[in-house]
Amino acid sequence: MFLIPDPVVRFFHRMASPPHFYAFTQRLMPWLTVIFLLLTAVGLYGGLYLAPADYQQGDSYRIIYIHVPSAWMSLFIYVVMAVAGAIGLVWRIKLAEIVAISSAPIGASFTFIALVTGSLWGKPMWGTWWVWDARLTSELILLFLYLGVIGLYGAIDDKRTASRAVAILALVGVVNIPIIHYSVEWWNTLHQGPTVTKMDKPSIHVSMLIPLLLMAVAFKFYYLIAMLQRARTELLLRERNAQWVKNMISESK
Amino acid sequence: MSLSRAFFAVIRRDLVLALRRRSEIANPLLFFILVITLFPLGIGAQPHLLQAIAPGIIWVSALLAAMLSLDSLFRSDFDDGSLEQMLLSPHPTSVLVLAKIVAHWLVTGLPLLIVAPLLAVFLGLPNHSLGILLLTLLLGTPVLSLIGAIGVALTVGLRRGGMILSLLVLPLYVPVLIFAGNAVQMASGGLPVDAQINILISILLMALVLAPLPTAAALKMSIS
Repeated sequence: MFLIPDPVVRFFHRMASPPHFYAFTQRLMPWLTVIFLLLTAVGLYGGLYLAPADYQQGDSYRIIYIHVPSAWMSLFIYVVMAVAGAIGLVWRIKLAEIVAISSAPIGASFTFIALVTGSLWGKPMWGTWWVWDARLTSELILLFLYLGVIGLYGAIDDKRTASRAVAILALVGVVNIPIIHYSVEWWNTLHQGPTVTKMDKPSIHVSMLIPLLLMAVAFKFYYLIAMLQRARTELLLRERNAQWVKNMISESK
Repeated sequence: MSLSRAFFAVIRRDLVLALRRRSEIANPLLFFILVITLFPLGIGAQPHLLQAIAPGIIWVSALLAAMLSLDSLFRSDFDDGSLEQMLLSPHPTSVLVLAKIVAHWLVTGLPLLIVAPLLAVFLGLPNHSLGILLLTLLLGTPVLSLIGAIGVALTVGLRRGGMILSLLVLPLYVPVLIFAGNAVQMASGGLPVDAQINILISILLMALVLAPLPTAAALKMSIS
């Protein structure tokens, strides 16, 4: 622990306490919302208006400003969920468990959005709604993994036990993440290869790239907002008998 | 009792128990045969079509049969409390769990291998791909038992775990299905299948090493 500066350790210890987390996220929420709205506005303006049309695909390529960030988020949120679940399993931190389960529905939604937008784009471009190609199939399996996590959590009555079960399942499912990420490189399929996250120069023009990256960051902020909102509700539900919740309610009356 | 003796004692106990209740062996096997006979009836008996989709049919049926048989893996031990005794023993739970999975595969996975050639003939699969079919089943069905054990361990404490089990386990079965089905398909076309077989072997080895650990953790969670 000596590698981590003292204030950071103190910050995490304080965040693990439910009342402090609740109050802190309440103060954080307006800032996050403002940043998210700004980034989305600038990103969409840049993507839909400033960026030039593609020489082959015309304007229909612009769906990537939703599709690609959602697909990135679908993987990112799964990893966050698995890491938070692992922290909850090892250190039994209640808030890590709550973060893990609050992430699942949001991740499932992003996966669904990525699949739907991809299919809407695929109809004019590939001439078909759906192909059983490696990336599409593995993304679909990711959706099922999310649904499995949500279903398992709902099936177990004791929510602390449910959180541990979900964490184990999420950790097992992590093997799927590199498969999705590298599927377009390992298998030569219809879905195009990566254009942004290549080690050398990205093969996308900078006027298209900047709005895309802005949108990706905006989606991260949206995830933070949605996840914290869910986590706060879940926290109140679990701690409904705790003194701090009762105090808070009586104060607000 | 040494670890290896405990390992084999668990296998022996489970095999003896299975022999006393023979329906446990017969049920998944009958299911496997029935599902495969349903396909020609549903699709219509066109030899070319059946031959083309035979690898997929056999593998999907094996997947479903393996999944249906999973519930018996920990159920009776959970109900009568012997699972708790096993968790309390001084030996690592993951090794004892692996023994239970091995016994379960011997009871439910191995019989599939024995009837598979017969069913392959039913569906008109070319003879030269029979060896590859058996090889993929030999490598793939243990993986199904190993991965399935994680799902069962997570849901054994639930009263109605059946539906949720399929949601947990089937997505994780997909890689095995893809590579095994593809290998048999290629083999019936006379193409080399070394790559698929190698991947199946690596999946099996990884599952052998890694799957018992989350299974043991999930069992401890289900018991508490």
